[in-house]
Amino acid sequence: MNKIKNLADLRKMKEGMQGKMSMRENSDSAEAIIQIKVGMATSGIASGAKETMSYLITELDKRQIKALVMQVGDMGYSYAEPTVEVTIPGKDPVVFGEVKIPRAKEIIEKYIMNGELIEGILPANYRSI
Amino acid sequence: MAVKMHILVCGGTGCSASQSHEIVDELNKELVAHDLTDFAKVVVTGCFGFCEKGPIVKIIPDNTFYTRVRPSDAKEIIEEHIIKGRKVQRLLYVAPDTNQSVSDSKHMEFYKKQLRIALRNCGFIDPENIEEAIARDGYAALGKCLTEMTPEQVVAEIKKSGLRGRGGAGFPTGLKWEIAAKSRPGEQKYVVCNADEGDPGAFMDRSLLEGDPHSILEAMAICGYCIGADKGLIYIRAEYPLAIHRLQVAIKQAREYGLLGEDILGSGFNFDIELRYGAGAFVCGEETALIHSMEGKRGEPTFKPPFPAQSGYLGKPTNVNNVETYANIPVIINKGADWFASIGTEKSKGTKVFALAGKINNVGLIEVPMGITLREIIYEIGGGIKGGKKFKAVQTGGPSGGCLTEKHLDTPIDYDSLVAAGSMMGSGGMIVMDEDDCMVAIAKFYLGFTVDESCGKCTPCRVGNRRLLEILTKITDGKGTMEDLEALKNLSAVIKDTALCGLGQTSPNPVLSTISNFWDEYVEHVVDKKCRAGQCKALKKYYIDPAKCKGCTACARACPVSAISGTVKNPHVINQLDCIKCGTCVEKCKFGAISIQ
Repeated sequence: MNKIKNLADLRKMKEGMQGKMSMRENSDSAEAIIQIKVGMATSGIASGAKETMSYLITELDKRQIKALVMQVGDMGYSYAEPTVEVTIPGKDPVVFGEVKIPRAKEIIEKYIMNGELIEGILPANYRSI
Repeated sequence: MAVKMHILVCGGTGCSASQSHEIVDELNKELVAHDLTDFAKVVVTGCFGFCEKGPIVKIIPDNTFYTRVRPSDAKEIIEEHIIKGRKVQRLLYVAPDTNQSVSDSKHMEFYKKQLRIALRNCGFIDPENIEEAIARDGYAALGKCLTEMTPEQVVAEIKKSGLRGRGGAGFPTGLKWEIAAKSRPGEQKYVVCNADEGDPGAFMDRSLLEGDPHSILEAMAICGYCIGADKGLIYIRAEYPLAIHRLQVAIKQAREYGLLGEDILGSGFNFDIELRYGAGAFVCGEETALIHSMEGKRGEPTFKPPFPAQSGYLGKPTNVNNVETYANIPVIINKGADWFASIGTEKSKGTKVFALAGKINNVGLIEVPMGITLREIIYEIGGGIKGGKKFKAVQTGGPSGGCLTEKHLDTPIDYDSLVAAGSMMGSGGMIVMDEDDCMVAIAKFYLGFTVDESCGKCTPCRVGNRRLLEILTKITDGKGTMEDLEALKNLSAVIKDTALCGLGQTSPNPVLSTISNFWDEYVEHVVDKKCRAGQCKALKKYYIDPAKCKGCTACARACPVSAISGTVKNPHVINQLDCIKCGTCVEKCKFGAISIQ
């Protein structure tokens, strides 16, 4: 990795990353893959987000589903930790609450593989800049 | 056939109480009757937070939002919407301002209640990956400041934005930076981030650092550029291990990428950041105590002036800001002061992050524009009071703040309105209480906290608060007198006037605000020896209803202090003098004959 030496470098890097990130923001592009964000702040981890995340990674791998599982910060839904946001290309992101292993399994088997929604969806209630 | 449509039904407490489960049953019945089970599916979701208009039903993919749905509406929803594709007009949400029905939930005003500025990246980027931060404009504001703006211009921009400190007192940030910039030019200066979040029930700063550490590093560097400092220190409590870990990773990555260190972005500006760990003393959130703790001295406040901007860390000019304050800086630089100033109220600009906790359905981290009302926060974002109980008060500002009551529900929240209502913004803890909470006990809880956390340097705080706590304990034990209530008021006023630091001066606030808002409850405790919430153990009285008691002796045998007397098959009696109010008899009674009065 190279040092960012000036503002132009920084902007170039931002643009380079933007392709990857805009897919996350719009999730419209055809080559986009499924993105799964696991809320890994203290409250999430305390309620078992680590187990959920490692389960998702191994299980998706086992089933050979191409998906990007990543950790993010607090989504704000402390009453329903662990929270997991799943973005299937071309669809709006869906946030699931109280995702312990049984629900993680359901997310993979029903939502990701069949597009069926399952119980435990948390309605998004904020907008970001 | 794949499922094409989803019918989301709210399964939150509020909607469940108004029969949302019956709606689910009815919808499923209709789907079966029309042989649509392969085409549409009913899903129960978490709380939409819109309990006032519940039960809520939402149809995906067209995002149709139905409010106040009755089980009898299920047939029409299925036959009209699912089969014929026509929205059921009478169930659509009607916007209160325009009186027009809104069919798409994305256009509902309600979902715009929360606006994430400080938390913009929280829950969106991987906090341990600097490239994701960069993709979301991370370090772009720093680049802009270093290459296109002079320090004076940056300070002017922050001043113009109207940003005020998010740590509690709400001092204008731009002004603070200007004072630090002008103080003793040419000398070594320091930028400090106060991440010593100690209020009970507050977790805003922790979540920010865990979710988006780079924006804090970036803002500190910008501050360094403005005031002429090349060194930043983050004072964080050691009990936040994950936040510390993420900060360490972020600092390491920023150094590797050349965004911290020497000659940042080829501008000749040097800046580096180190962490300083606190042991979790509440008083170290006070800036002078914090600085002493960082210097390796005892965490005790000193008198101001001199302010840290004049003589702070190691006697050098130091600028101290709270985590959330810093989180707003890069956005102001990127989007402009005018944009920021367009959000919020006249004197309080932007948004505020609150940690919503207590007896509320949607406990969580929220960010709302200044000027929002408590009602919107509690009933719309928070989803109302747990178990459908009655709202009593909300405590803001932690141990330095006060309680707001029903009459404040529609007051727009900003720094000044909260102070006028006898509380304060504080760092943003918001604890909701319902009818089961005793306000005297709440005041006692906060005083207990202050007494534990008082550093002991000045007498009013060390001794005065202890006396306050003793009086409150006397009252909750049922031994209080009306003179005690007067003493509470007088002593509180003296502590407020004479304590050394901000924490001591504000420590009687929980007492004063509960006295002014819940005077009746204090009087009840003192005169009637009664606690209406049933929380004060000493004021509880257990009675055996002679009509219900069968004389089974179960309670008398279980009573640890033999306070219950009576013979077999005859009603028993509790001797109130011996009773220790443990409640064992209530558990043992099979006939529900024992109650609290």
